[in-house]
Amino acid sequence: MIVRIFSDGQYRIPEDAQERLHELDNKSVAAIDAADEAAFTAAYAALIELIHANGERLADDELEPSDLMLPPADITLEEARTEFTGEGLLPD
Amino acid sequence: MPGLTGRMSTIVKAKVSKVLDRAEDPAETLDYSYTKQLELLQNVKKGIADVVTSKKRLQMQEAQMQQQVVKLDTQARQALAANREDLARTALERKQSVQTELQSLDSQIGELEDQQQKLVDSEAAMRAKLEAFRTKKEVIKAQYSAAEAQVRISEAATGVGEQMADVGLAMQRALDKTENMKARASAVGELEAAGTFEDLTQLGPGKDDIDRQLEAIGAGGAVDDELAKMKAELGSGAPAQQAIEAGPDAEPAASAPEEPAEGEQSESAQ
Repeated sequence: MIVRIFSDGQYRIPEDAQERLHELDNKSVAAIDAADEAAFTAAYAALIELIHANGERLADDELEPSDLMLPPADITLEEARTEFTGEGLLPD
Repeated sequence: MPGLTGRMSTIVKAKVSKVLDRAEDPAETLDYSYTKQLELLQNVKKGIADVVTSKKRLQMQEAQMQQQVVKLDTQARQALAANREDLARTALERKQSVQTELQSLDSQIGELEDQQQKLVDSEAAMRAKLEAFRTKKEVIKAQYSAAEAQVRISEAATGVGEQMADVGLAMQRALDKTENMKARASAVGELEAAGTFEDLTQLGPGKDDIDRQLEAIGAGGAVDDELAKMKAELGSGAPAQQAIEAGPDAEPAASAPEEPAEGEQSESAQ
């Protein structure tokens, strides 16, 4: 599976790390729904850390589409809410 | 796909397929999307230039405020030397608030620098991807039938489209930050115009009220000195000598009744 972190790059994630990745993704979203900034920051930092630790970075000139796209590591809860989960850039 | 990642993926894929659906001929699609991405890259360059300009403006503002801190510090020392602790306190209070502003400005400049770096990195990755896309589209055009090409094109275009979405977000975040700063700068500008910060922002050759009061002290001293000299010339030696020695120390108590005449006197003294 290929994951893109915005303002960072693309990473190829081995299968054994994927379950943990989805867990942390869900945790991040739960924190956004609860408007819990501290919980969001912690969960999202752990998610980025997991990708950096387990993923293999793709070169800039590789043209692989990503299976998942994640916000930049320094995203705020508010930005994550409006740009990545809410009615952000495009209507449904 | 639910979660944080789902929405962005959906948006990018929707945008890319919109582009791909536009043309019937794969070769045409490829050339169109390549040209389109090159155009977008020009916008990114302009975005980076905007961020750099905003940062320079903030840095100039920072330099001016640093000068103001030095000036207020000097004023406080002058006021203390003239036994005007009240005036020294006013100058130091202003120095404190300028320093607080400076700290906030400093962290804003830091944040803007971060955004700028991300934008530059993202643009470089975009260039690399676009170059790979340019090569790949020629290969696809030469080697594949229309049906086969469609799949490869979709993959390649999504790869590029994602990177463009990445650059787009980096640009949006950087520009949002500069917009916030512009709004803040204009709010400060309005306060200045209303006189609220008049003393804090008085820069360059302009004189603020502390300057004027310090000058008044200097003028007062000069008046005392001149008076003492005149008295000495008129021959009343001993009291004049006493007046010269006591002049600066005795000044605060003596200055109040003399004030109306000080301006004129000091001009003729220069």
